[in-house]
Amino acid sequence: MATVATDSLLFETLLRLGDDSLILGQRLGEWCGHAPSVEVDLSLANMGLDLIGQATLFLNAAGAAEAQGRDGDALAFHRDVLDFRNCWLVEQPNGDFAQTMARQFLFSTWQEMLFGHLEGSADETVAAIAAKAVKEVRYHAELSAEWVIRLGDGTEESRRRMEEGLDWNWRFVPELFEMDALATEAAARGIGADVGLFREDYDRRIRAVLAEASLDAPKDQRPILGGRRGHHSEHLGHVLAVMQFLPRTYPDAVW
Amino acid sequence: MMAVIDREALWQVLDGVPDPEIPVVSVVELGIVRDVREDRVTLTPTYTGCPATQVIERDVRAALDAAGYRDVAIETVLSPPWSTDWISASGKAKLHAYGIAPPSDARTATCPQCGATDTEEVSRFGSTPCKAQWRCRACLEPFDRFKCH
Repeated sequence: MATVATDSLLFETLLRLGDDSLILGQRLGEWCGHAPSVEVDLSLANMGLDLIGQATLFLNAAGAAEAQGRDGDALAFHRDVLDFRNCWLVEQPNGDFAQTMARQFLFSTWQEMLFGHLEGSADETVAAIAAKAVKEVRYHAELSAEWVIRLGDGTEESRRRMEEGLDWNWRFVPELFEMDALATEAAARGIGADVGLFREDYDRRIRAVLAEASLDAPKDQRPILGGRRGHHSEHLGHVLAVMQFLPRTYPDAVW
Repeated sequence: MMAVIDREALWQVLDGVPDPEIPVVSVVELGIVRDVREDRVTLTPTYTGCPATQVIERDVRAALDAAGYRDVAIETVLSPPWSTDWISASGKAKLHAYGIAPPSDARTATCPQCGATDTEEVSRFGSTPCKAQWRCRACLEPFDRFKCH
């Protein structure tokens, strides 16, 4: 049998995509049974489900590109913090509902644009996953933008909370547009996206929603980078402790 | 000598497999079955995270086996992505009769209980990823609406 060589550029590219979706999906799952209303509970769980579905596809493809016998489950449950390649934004704590929606709005708006570009990826699997998932993410972006407007243009308290939520999450936006050596190489090979190409569009979309919510854009802060190289906030370890506990404690568990 | 597999017969077997979440429609009517060949059935998931996807594959396998098509494989493809446009006319009619407003481009849904069009969205997400929650202002009944996707 011919051995398949590891495609490490594709592997790393898929890890970044899959880990973003996995960690945010897990975060949204934490809301289950705690949301302000049953309708909101359902929407958060459903968005989480979409993201976990994306993660499954991306990480299974990553395992295939690595060609070392690991599948999506092995990558999700048997890696430690330093091996995760998600951005800092998705691992941030849920905070209150406004902070969760601010995070979703900033992330989903970006992810929708990213997947729009990846539909044209030279890698067939990346292109197929992006084309499928972009339809779902469009919904996440719309839903979270509506909540940014409703809370921002709502009561004094809802406005204060949305301002604080945006302010907390804003410092993690520059990382979404970071083009390090690996991302540059992936874009040059046509498998990844040049995220710099849609930064202006992104800012325009964010500003338009904030204007409708009668909110000012948060003040720029020192950007925090490093998630793509495995440098994470203290929060990710706690996310993994909960997410990985069962398959690590009972490695043969099936259900 | 191997028996020649009749593709039409295979389609009929698949049309007898109900969707696990909405059992009044078959997986064929929902547009999940994309292709049928002599040796292979091609399925596509609705939503990437839909938990019914694995159940559907299992049910299709069981139906094929029961009908004697053990050698027919199941293949899953993502591209082109599933769309509600692929739900057949009979599938849409059955959804309506079952109490779920079928997907449509109309701004408002037609209430599957009383037929009124004076309806409103309550929540963008309903009981499953593919449905939104609506309410009829005429008969006041809540109902699910299949989202255009």
